[in-house]
Amino acid sequence: MSSTLDQASLGTRPTIEIRDLHKRFGALEVLKGVSLEARDGDVISIIGSSGSGKSTMLRCINLLETPDSGEVAINGETIRMRGRGGGRVEPADRAQVDRIRSRLGMVFQSFNLWSHMTILENVIEAPIHVLKRPRADCVAEAEAILARVGIAEKRHHYPAHLSGGQQQRAAIARALAMQPQAILFDEPTSALDPELVGEVLRVMRSLAEEGRTMLIVTHEMGFARDVSNHTIFLDQGRIEEQGPPSQVFGEPRSERCRRFLSGHLK
Amino acid sequence: MSSYFALIGFGPTGWGLQLLQASLMTLAVACAGFLFGLAFGAIGAWAKLSGSRIARAASDAYTTVLRGVPDLLVIYLFYFGGSAVITGLGRWLGEEGFIGLNSFLVGALAVGIVSGAYQTEALRGAYRMIPRGELEAARAVGMGRALMFHRIVIPQVLRFALPSMGNIWQAVLKESALISVTGLVELLRETHLAAGATRQPFTFYMTGAVIYLVLTTLSGVLFQGAERRTTRSVRLPPVAMR
Amino acid sequence: MDWVFLLDTLHQLLEGVPLTLELAACSIGAGALLALALALLRQSGVAPVAWFVRGYVFAFRGSPLLVQLFLIYYGLSQFPEIRHSFLWVFLRQPFWCAILALTLNTAAYGSEVIRGGLQAVPPGQIEAARACGMSGFLLFRRIILPVALRQALPAYGNEIIIMVKTTSLASIVTLMEVTGIAARLISETFRAFEVFTCAGAIYLVLNFLIARGVGLVEYRLSSHLRPAQS
Repeated sequence: MSSTLDQASLGTRPTIEIRDLHKRFGALEVLKGVSLEARDGDVISIIGSSGSGKSTMLRCINLLETPDSGEVAINGETIRMRGRGGGRVEPADRAQVDRIRSRLGMVFQSFNLWSHMTILENVIEAPIHVLKRPRADCVAEAEAILARVGIAEKRHHYPAHLSGGQQQRAAIARALAMQPQAILFDEPTSALDPELVGEVLRVMRSLAEEGRTMLIVTHEMGFARDVSNHTIFLDQGRIEEQGPPSQVFGEPRSERCRRFLSGHLK
Repeated sequence: MSSYFALIGFGPTGWGLQLLQASLMTLAVACAGFLFGLAFGAIGAWAKLSGSRIARAASDAYTTVLRGVPDLLVIYLFYFGGSAVITGLGRWLGEEGFIGLNSFLVGALAVGIVSGAYQTEALRGAYRMIPRGELEAARAVGMGRALMFHRIVIPQVLRFALPSMGNIWQAVLKESALISVTGLVELLRETHLAAGATRQPFTFYMTGAVIYLVLTTLSGVLFQGAERRTTRSVRLPPVAMR
Repeated sequence: MDWVFLLDTLHQLLEGVPLTLELAACSIGAGALLALALALLRQSGVAPVAWFVRGYVFAFRGSPLLVQLFLIYYGLSQFPEIRHSFLWVFLRQPFWCAILALTLNTAAYGSEVIRGGLQAVPPGQIEAARACGMSGFLLFRRIILPVALRQALPAYGNEIIIMVKTTSLASIVTLMEVTGIAARLISETFRAFEVFTCAGAIYLVLNFLIARGVGLVEYRLSSHLRPAQS
């Protein structure tokens, strides 16, 4: 896994870049100026307590939340925003947002598979209708991906018939089918029974090992330390600590980070 | 516009007084129908909740048939057939001669027996929402059946049934327009007469529609107020009747 | 039991069934399309349009259908503009007046059912679709509408059954569907109870068939909710 330093010296554009994001919900300011860079092949884990703004930051990247100020750029392309009156902003170009979203994959805490479609149909839906690829190609690729995440035999079943771990692996397959440049994981194992967490983490680890760019909001500290090459600790809307996992988990400079970890690591 | 108000107002050429009387008649026949329906509904619900299979079957037949056939057909049955039935009943009880049913009673009974089928379901559902534990607690404290029925069951049933009852009342109000086929001079019949007399059908039917809207809206407000005062927690999903 | 009379009555009443079904099918079909349009307009976010739909639903649900029918059948003839327009060809005939009144009425109730279905679509699934880059008509067509219609189907099935019963009001404007024929037979023979039984039976059979049909459609569309076949 290459580090951000190596790639910075190569002069390539980061896959994902967010600059000074601010976001408030009503009177509550959830993001108070966060910036981050993710380069090709980075696996970035994002940790912090509930309410620290981790999920909000992740969801700002694909505009599921709209930041009040700051910029989001994917592969050097900045998402254009415009004012909407009342001090609010919105994306200026819907088509640009859709296009960028189709290049990113997202895996949700509650899976969010489409309940009226089979697993296979879930995986081929976006490649056929958003990327407009031919159906035969999409089906072939979907079956390969489903085999890769280990649920090929469930492809004609409906989401309701799968366990939580299987559903989440199906959701990962759905994200992979779009051939994304980066995958965003929003607490992917938080809604799973403990014995099902492992199968999902195994899939995520294999994705990291093959060089995928991943941003993972998680409470699984052991996984974060082992698999990611960069860790960010968020507290109350600000990045309090970031760096290689060995540093953040081993010798954190921030007092809050130390306190958070001592409460979370067993 | 001023001619409109002259037409529906209370002046010499105005139909305002007749419209008012007809509206009151609509309210009266709807109330009577609703109360008949409450009586039928209570009996029907009791039959469905009782242990007796015959009672349950009879009540099931009642609700299936009366919810499945058009209300207009029931009104025709009572209108043409009602007098015959009552006369026959009277003869059986020893009363000779023809006993007529006036159109008010015909309409109220017809609407009532249909409404009763829906009220059966509403009341039955409401009873089943009462937590069993409350009835157990009443027995444990020594309440007899009658007392428990009076102090625990009835208030709870009315509370849970209120939303559905609101819908059913509004439906009865609108149904009352069908009773005009019996000749009863309620609101629709009055507007029909006025329309014919003045050759301004649109004006009068529109006025009638507005009056009905006012009545249903006021009913909605009253029922919502009652609901707010009596319910806090669990509610029945309303049983709809049109 | 006068079987001869009953059979003869049934025979005469059955002649009204095609008209009943015609009235029902036309008004339910057109009404469903209108209901979908109204539900979408209501969600459109444009305030005056949403208010118009709310007003429409309020007016048609708050007043009796018979008044709406009379307004169209008798009321429109008050306006010379309408009497002299091409619409008069249709609006002069009780059949089209009945269709129009039934359609407008069922659309009001139907739009609320569809609106309920739209609101019952799990937001997480919509988000997942957006995260893949879906938006606009594609998102609506592939994700929102299929789920919304499945949610709305049971309640809409109920609406269909109600509409078949409501076609009986057409008899008041001289249309000879089942109730119209029944009314004529009762007034001729004065055997109200027997005629009522036959006519009622016809409607009950129609309801039963429709309920089964809707149940079948529900069954076909809900395989995602049933246990998996091994």
